[in-house]
Amino acid sequence: MLRLLRVCGSWVRGRQVLGPGSSVWDDNGFNMRRYLIRKLIFATLTLLAATMFMFGLSRLAGDPLLLFAKPGGYGMSPERVEQLSKKLGLDKPLVVQYLVWLGRVLTGDFGETIVSETSVGKLMWERAAPTLQLAIVSFILSVLMGVPLGVVSAVKRGTLSDYASRTFALVGQAAPIFWVAIMAILLFAVTLDWLPVGTSGPDHVSFWTWTKFKYLIMPAFALGWGPAAALLRLTRSSMLEVLDSEYVTMARAKGANYSAVLWKHAFRNAILQPLTTSAIVLASFVTGAVVIERIFAWPGIGQLMTDAVWNNDFPTLTSTVLVFTAVFVAMNFLADILYGVMNPVIRYD
Amino acid sequence: MTAEQTASLAARSSPAAQQRLTLWYILRRWPILPVALLTLLVTMGVGADWIAPNDPIDQSLPDRNARPLYQDGSPYLFGGDHVGRDVLSRVIHGARVSLSVMGVALSAGMLIGTGLGLLAGYAGGVVDELITRIVDIWMGFPFLLLALVAAIIVGASFQTIMVLMILVAWVSFVRNVRADVLVIKESGYVALAKISGASTTRILARHILPGTIGTITVIASLSVGNLILYEATLSFLGAGIPAPTPSWGNMVAEGRDYLQTAWWTSVIPGTALFLTVMSLNFFGDWLRDRLDPRLRQLG
Repeated sequence: MLRLLRVCGSWVRGRQVLGPGSSVWDDNGFNMRRYLIRKLIFATLTLLAATMFMFGLSRLAGDPLLLFAKPGGYGMSPERVEQLSKKLGLDKPLVVQYLVWLGRVLTGDFGETIVSETSVGKLMWERAAPTLQLAIVSFILSVLMGVPLGVVSAVKRGTLSDYASRTFALVGQAAPIFWVAIMAILLFAVTLDWLPVGTSGPDHVSFWTWTKFKYLIMPAFALGWGPAAALLRLTRSSMLEVLDSEYVTMARAKGANYSAVLWKHAFRNAILQPLTTSAIVLASFVTGAVVIERIFAWPGIGQLMTDAVWNNDFPTLTSTVLVFTAVFVAMNFLADILYGVMNPVIRYD
Repeated sequence: MTAEQTASLAARSSPAAQQRLTLWYILRRWPILPVALLTLLVTMGVGADWIAPNDPIDQSLPDRNARPLYQDGSPYLFGGDHVGRDVLSRVIHGARVSLSVMGVALSAGMLIGTGLGLLAGYAGGVVDELITRIVDIWMGFPFLLLALVAAIIVGASFQTIMVLMILVAWVSFVRNVRADVLVIKESGYVALAKISGASTTRILARHILPGTIGTITVIASLSVGNLILYEATLSFLGAGIPAPTPSWGNMVAEGRDYLQTAWWTSVIPGTALFLTVMSLNFFGDWLRDRLDPRLRQLG
């Protein structure tokens, strides 16, 4: 076993390690393959650790069979208890249960919910669309708010619009997401009565219509403000850095048109860093979506998860957390890839 | 325009402009407002029992959803909530929760994180590898989800929340302290201390640790705002401080059902939370610029 590990390790590391204190460097400099493999291994490990943690915790919580019976087995015969625990696989050791569960998940079988005995996979599939809509619209919104405001705030540094943009960012980073959501409801739904809340809109209407879309505006904004603030700050600082660089001064000294310098020379370079981090922005939606879906009664996976927590429904709970963790890890991995591609002098340590 | 004219122009416009500039300059240079707000927070948290005008969990049914500012015979300045408790007193007592997150969770996380960071950086080798990897994996967790689940399963209580907050807090210290140690341990004075026979503990405590204090302070001040937000989010979702005890998060959650009739029950604690986090972030930024501009990319 140890030997196997060592072989794997040397394959991942490559034969020579010469770089500046990092093992993704070799004679030819940065090794993308090695970097990606390392990142992939850690992504997988994270995922595994999270599922183990979840699985262990959900079992620690108490015997799921007690959902069928009062404490002490009242109302259920011992035979029935035995039969049920066989059916749910609860008679085997925890490790076996975990491995069985993991094996099933890998083949796409998420099991059945304890309460209604419907397929968790199907349930999650049904709930995926609302969550995805919410995440995508929020993402677009946060990029559309964060990046232009960041550019404006860097270009017009020290002016009123700079201070306004930075205030927008400061508030977005300090305001708790649920507070933003509640303030939005108070202002736009209760006081002004412009936007509806409470559902994701009528079922029979297509997503691309205004009747349906107006249900999405507030959740998407509440979810997108924090990330927009982060993007704004990143865009601003990288834009300031680029605008301060010699090639921009050079281009301007040559007499190049100001807006041409701004957009062709500066913006193109400055946008790289915010773009690479935008995958992390998407990852942050994972936790945000749980809160937002609860406040707006949005029928997505986040709501499914919080419901499962209250019902002690461990197949649903572990599956939804697994899905969210997978998305989270995948997005962080994507950010790492983008970062590695865009910025080849990155150091991994 | 002659020099004389320029001088007179400057003289004419200067007093007012200069004064405005200095005030603006002072406010920008020193975090007066954030520190004032944080002082208020600490005073409220520590002296809640003496400051709060009413008992925070004392219900009074006639004063259900009593209006703020003593309107319509309301006995409360910030109004009453859905069971007639004084919102102001609850906000004051709720400061204690945020304060304990700062006091307990942050300092414990700081101790653990710094210790592991020192160990990883100084020991190197397998220990370093192990600690760094655990930190890597830990950072990849969507922590709020796991904390939510853990809090509900283990049972929401003050202790659970503090433990969970410590589990969030320690990670960022490890990385940055380790990075500092890697630099410091190569320095001449550490080599000299070794030669003169100082023990490892002494080297770590007297020679290396002082060099990381700046980093630790900055990380602490930058992460405390997020910790408070985490706690509030958990409490809001019902997995935090359990019900009768006021925390800003669960106050917002309770007030959410009465938005149409009693907006103050959720808006006031939410605003307190927002102002606290905002002040902490401001203060953290200021501290970072002063102590360690290298950490700029963290904010």
